[in-house]
Amino acid sequence: MTRPMSEHALEVIDLKKAFGGLVVTQGVSLSIRPGERRLIIGPNGAGKTTLFNQISGDLRPNAGKIRLFGTDVTRLTPHKRAHFGLSRTYQIITLFTGDTLEHNVTLGLLGLRPSRWQMWRPLSHYGELATDARRTLDAVGLLHLADHPVSDIAYGEKRRVELAMALAQKPRVLLLDEPLAGLSNTERSQVKSLIASIPRQTTVIMIEHDMDTALDLAETVTLLNYGRVIVDGDRDAVIADERTREVYLGA
Amino acid sequence: MKRIAAALLAALLLLFPFFAGDFYVNLASQILIAAIFALSLNLLVGYGGMTSLGHASYLGVAAYISALLTSRYGFGHGLAAIISIAGTTATAAFFGVIALRATGLGFLMITLALSQVLWGLAYRMSDVTNGDNGIAGLTRPMPFGISLDSPASFYWFALLVASFAFLMIAIFVSSSFGSSLKGVRDQPRRMAALGFNPWMIRWITFIYAGFWGGISGLLYVYYNKYIHPSSLSTTSSAEALLGVIAGGSGTLGGPVVGAALVLLLKNYASAYIERWNMLLGLVFLFIVLFMPTGIIPGLNKLAMGLRRALR
Amino acid sequence: MQFWIIQGLNSLSLGGLLFLLSSGFSLIFGLMRLANLTHGAFFMLGAYFGATALRSYGGLNIWMAALGAGIAVAAIGGLFERLVLTRLKTNPLGQVLVTLGMSFIISDACLMLWGGDPIPVPTPQSLQSPTRVLGFVFPTYRLVLVGCAIGAAIMLYFLLERTRLGAMIRAGVDDSQMARAVGIPVSRLFTIVFCLGAGIAGAGGVLGGPVLSAYPGLDADMLPLALIVVILGGIGSLLGAFIGSFIIGFIYTFGTALFPELAYFILFLPMIFVIAFRPQGLFGRVGA
Repeated sequence: MTRPMSEHALEVIDLKKAFGGLVVTQGVSLSIRPGERRLIIGPNGAGKTTLFNQISGDLRPNAGKIRLFGTDVTRLTPHKRAHFGLSRTYQIITLFTGDTLEHNVTLGLLGLRPSRWQMWRPLSHYGELATDARRTLDAVGLLHLADHPVSDIAYGEKRRVELAMALAQKPRVLLLDEPLAGLSNTERSQVKSLIASIPRQTTVIMIEHDMDTALDLAETVTLLNYGRVIVDGDRDAVIADERTREVYLGA
Repeated sequence: MKRIAAALLAALLLLFPFFAGDFYVNLASQILIAAIFALSLNLLVGYGGMTSLGHASYLGVAAYISALLTSRYGFGHGLAAIISIAGTTATAAFFGVIALRATGLGFLMITLALSQVLWGLAYRMSDVTNGDNGIAGLTRPMPFGISLDSPASFYWFALLVASFAFLMIAIFVSSSFGSSLKGVRDQPRRMAALGFNPWMIRWITFIYAGFWGGISGLLYVYYNKYIHPSSLSTTSSAEALLGVIAGGSGTLGGPVVGAALVLLLKNYASAYIERWNMLLGLVFLFIVLFMPTGIIPGLNKLAMGLRRALR
Repeated sequence: MQFWIIQGLNSLSLGGLLFLLSSGFSLIFGLMRLANLTHGAFFMLGAYFGATALRSYGGLNIWMAALGAGIAVAAIGGLFERLVLTRLKTNPLGQVLVTLGMSFIISDACLMLWGGDPIPVPTPQSLQSPTRVLGFVFPTYRLVLVGCAIGAAIMLYFLLERTRLGAMIRAGVDDSQMARAVGIPVSRLFTIVFCLGAGIAGAGGVLGGPVLSAYPGLDADMLPLALIVVILGGIGSLLGAFIGSFIIGFIYTFGTALFPELAYFILFLPMIFVIAFRPQGLFGRVGA
């Protein structure tokens, strides 16, 4: 018996993307259920970030569909997808370096609110935004740095701010692009426990190219290589699968 | 302390015509007009991260519409002003749609090309615009029956408008929209991912900048009682841009200072040197090469360097 | 009928001149990501150099004058690039602003040196007599201008597609970081391309002399046309600059002839059209 479509948080259907002659995404299909914790792995150049960019709307696929909770979002611009409950972090830190941590998270909160179009009242008028921002920073253990500019804090702390911004909007689907890259061991365990504590209302999809680091956070795993899905399923099944070993040993 | 300084400045500005001669009062009026123009441009350059070389378009369109309506079609100043600003804002909306198809250098080139098209039209459509002769013999409005013909009365009018402009723009940049504008300037992809609409934010800002550019254009044509295609030229846009950059695009007050400096330079230099354009070009080179963040930070750096050298 | 043919020929010769002007601009933009706002001034400077040379040395022919002016303008461009532009590698906006400043300096210098009156450039003796084709009479020089543009296009094509220098330039246009990484001396390339672009513009100014003369404001007239050609044809594409030049040549010539007051406005339209539907230009390789 097939599940009704709306049961899936994110569906990617036969997605194709090519840059000139180079095909980066070849008929990728994914079905992710609400609340799932999916890890997408694959060697460098497998097309993981390109896939994310198509899901978030930064890139237009050449063919295929993307559905969020049953609605076709393939033609929607990135900002409209954010209003649909999609949120993401980036491989490179894209924070507002000259601004304080509180301001960064405030912007994160403002993005979905109508008051973002307000041209009369100063931003400081919106007291609830500041309170919410500080609460969010507290939840990731960075309240003590709230008034510091982002340029002053450590790399691991920046990653937590990114995560805080992405989570502040209580997204339905969260895309994490290599959230653990470049972190020290302590920083890594901090970020991992943050990710583990994300509520079930948010579906989490993570990219990591180093298989071991994020494995314990994942319930299901998709292995990509050369733009194709090689293996897809429960974590333990994928790890045990021969093809996984082939990809990683052969790479 | 800040309040005292602000109050002193306000008093100085208000009482200026009482202790300065006509020449200086007129100069001050020109500075106020240039300040509004520079502030409007800085909405784009400093706060929006969109460098435009075609901002003179909005000054020119407003000035020409007002000039034509009042001198040729007998419109009263009030209605002419409203139509002028409406027309300028519509032009900004239209130009914005075209220019915002690109960013960075593409945007710059398109704004330049668009303003040159307008300049060419002003030059060639002599039946309408009087071409190279410009439109002369214009009058100043009489708000509430008060004449603006004396230097002092015009100065106070300009001061009123400029203060209002400054206030409105200050409110705009510190509002939540202003914060989102700055965010789009710094990290447009991140802002889109957060739910902000970068194109719409830029377009609205573009229109608002055009609006205030038009206001400065009205003041400009009232002050000069004359309009000529050269006000629409790239030189005019470049002078404003120089003022913004020289004063420092990162602040609200910087462009005002920069505009004042450029105007003063122009006034004094033209007494000694015929070649203002060449001087403008050299100043451009100098500022960009040695003080790219503006004169104030640049002077600071110079002072620090000197201190170090003299130790 | 005569009208259409004459305007058609004028369009072709203007197109040829525009190609000489905008090919350099397109190359510079494509390789150096620099919108060289001095380009109109380079054209004008060449025109003034050529006009003076031709009037002072009766025996000089226009080709030598064009070559000489081209080299002189290329040298000035090269100095500018080395002394000013290289210091602003990290400030692309600043680079554009200094080219603007430089254009003001050059145009005022020309005003200072040559005065405010236009200086006509004589059509070379050998090309003064009109050509007769199919019973129609054509000013020969204008035909020759088209030939010059085609010649320049062929030379540039050869340079870009068949020489090592050209291969390096094309690599730089496609991906300058990668080009540096494989050992291509990108900053030397920048200087060469800037000089080349400036030189072609300068030579173009001389060759355009008999048609346009040398006058103050020539730079302000030519620069927006170059901008529109490059927006239309696409940045970094020689073919785009070639075809774009002739399209604009036709639109401008017929526009001015049929609707003199609206000529600029008519130029506007293809530009908007392209920007709206194909922002990378008809043949563009580089996104704006």
